[in-house]
Amino acid sequence: MKFVLFHLMPYRDLNFDEAKKYRSVWTLMPNSAYNPDKGADEYEEYIDQLVSGERLGYDVIAVNEHHQTPYGLMPAPNLIASALIQRTKKVKIGVFGRALPLVNNPLNIAEEFAMLDNLSRGRLITGFVRGIGAEYHTAGVNPAFSHGRFYEAHDLIVQAWTRSGPFAYEGEHFNFRYVNTWPRPYQQPHPPIWVPSQGSSETIRWSADPARKYPFVVTFSTSDAVSNYLKMYRTEASRFGYEASSDQLGWAAPIYVADTDERAREEARIPLQRLFNNYLPMPWEMLLPPGYSSMASTIELAKVRTGIGVQEQTLEDLIEKGTVVVGSPKTVRDRIASMRDKTGLGNMICLHQFGTLSNELTRRSMEMFSAEVMPSLRAKTLASAAAE
Amino acid sequence: MAPVAKRLDINGVQISTLRQGQGQPLLFLHGANGASAWLPLFEELSNAYDVIVPEHPGFGLSDDPDWIKSIPDIAMFYLDFLEQLKLSNVALVGTSLGGWIAAEVAVRSSTTLASLTLVCPAGVRVRGTPIADTFMWGPEESVRNLFFNQAIADRMLSVKPTEEQLTALLKNRFSTTKLAWEPRGFNPDLEKWLHRIKIPTQVIWGSEDKLIPAAYAEKWKENIPHATVSVLQECGHLPHIEKSDVVASKIHRLTGHAQ
Repeated sequence: MKFVLFHLMPYRDLNFDEAKKYRSVWTLMPNSAYNPDKGADEYEEYIDQLVSGERLGYDVIAVNEHHQTPYGLMPAPNLIASALIQRTKKVKIGVFGRALPLVNNPLNIAEEFAMLDNLSRGRLITGFVRGIGAEYHTAGVNPAFSHGRFYEAHDLIVQAWTRSGPFAYEGEHFNFRYVNTWPRPYQQPHPPIWVPSQGSSETIRWSADPARKYPFVVTFSTSDAVSNYLKMYRTEASRFGYEASSDQLGWAAPIYVADTDERAREEARIPLQRLFNNYLPMPWEMLLPPGYSSMASTIELAKVRTGIGVQEQTLEDLIEKGTVVVGSPKTVRDRIASMRDKTGLGNMICLHQFGTLSNELTRRSMEMFSAEVMPSLRAKTLASAAAE
Repeated sequence: MAPVAKRLDINGVQISTLRQGQGQPLLFLHGANGASAWLPLFEELSNAYDVIVPEHPGFGLSDDPDWIKSIPDIAMFYLDFLEQLKLSNVALVGTSLGGWIAAEVAVRSSTTLASLTLVCPAGVRVRGTPIADTFMWGPEESVRNLFFNQAIADRMLSVKPTEEQLTALLKNRFSTTKLAWEPRGFNPDLEKWLHRIKIPTQVIWGSEDKLIPAAYAEKWKENIPHATVSVLQECGHLPHIEKSDVVASKIHRLTGHAQ
């Protein structure tokens, strides 16, 4: 099993009573609440946390992109990735991901990723996503064309990386007379592409296609949903005539480790509830602008009205549904091992800092995860591989 | 009497229409919420006109072809529609999104049109006076904010929609998004061609329109100087529902059927 140290870089110094006055902290909470002195401290600390991932034995340290929200301070994740490259030697650098439909020139993404791949001498793992619903409000991009723009931007970027230029790209959404990007990627034919998603059958099938075999990562979902989506990926793969490897299957979850279950729950409670009840919630209209999901899935979702941030959740709810992993090293080991055995997952994307969790507790949890959780999960992967 | 419901095939696009009455053809172009119901306004107008109420491509039970991507596409579709139905001397009426479509039709070709009635039309921009963002409105706001008379909103909200109606509402919302998300509710190219409209034109607005402020009426007057402008007091974004008798008599007057 491989481990990814993943960060959202939330802005923690929020007045949550004030925040409740707005429909969401996304898009609508005034940015006058951002204090640059505090923000600069956040960046410095969060980058240090990610850099320490190399020493702690993570395979990948990773960032992501969000816009106009204190939920995550990385509208331009490649800037952080570039800093991480300069401060590390071996660890892979993940950008999970760039939201392809939100840009008007996807070649900028192809160019920046190619630069990062060269700067890191091939340590880059890219992520391609569609962005969250609210970001169609902030970017102004029409959600009705989200899927079309995603697939087309993907094709354009991969061609820009792999075909010798100059060539013309003729699409529905994007048209370029000259595609001839310098630099080309360091890795050949191109850096790995991962697809983090909350799961849609269409995205899963597309990722599993033998032409791509893109690793799929289920983000922030209940353990039932994670199992379902990963199973769906394996089913699609076998329909395509191959067996999905564990490298193609990932799960992203908030993880907190302390010496006992009680202590872990105590320390993680408020910060995790902040994540799910204060940072993530947004009304339906922002979460699912029309067209962001297909008509059929929107109707299905509307019936249950579940989804990230729609209902208030307690720590107990989150643990019980398996959306978060909180406990002693043994509890956390067992939970991840059982998910691995159930789903075949091989990439564990660990969100150790979440919500308002302090620097001190984040670092202690990471150290403990590295020392007491990671080794045995790695060993078991090796053992099971040897047994085959 | 119930209107005649008919499926029409316009160049391969199947659409639903309701039609009733005899006399001068009156083509009514609905707004973002569709035209699944036969409104009192239609009933009243059908005493003097051949009232035709289509559902736009992408709305209600009409087809939703991928190649229709913008309001100008819908306008071109309606030029096909007018031609295929061999309509002439048409009183064209459009409300909100449908008013935008009507104006786009009229700037392209008015040869089959006799008059143009725009009711709280979208389609142009007044800088510094943004229209409201309906894409942020929740289900209840989406009803309440359209009416001055909240008793109408109360009545509408008290009826639980059927599964079929919900599906149609969602489809309408998807299509409205496709057509009007960016730029929000207007076509930057429309305003520069509005001077092409030479037929008798009127603009009707609700003084309490919370979606497109009544200040927009002036913008239309500026670009179509011969248009008459009426701002109806104590009326929201849907004068054809909230003040249907006033709207009907204004249509009669414009088209020379003054009663």
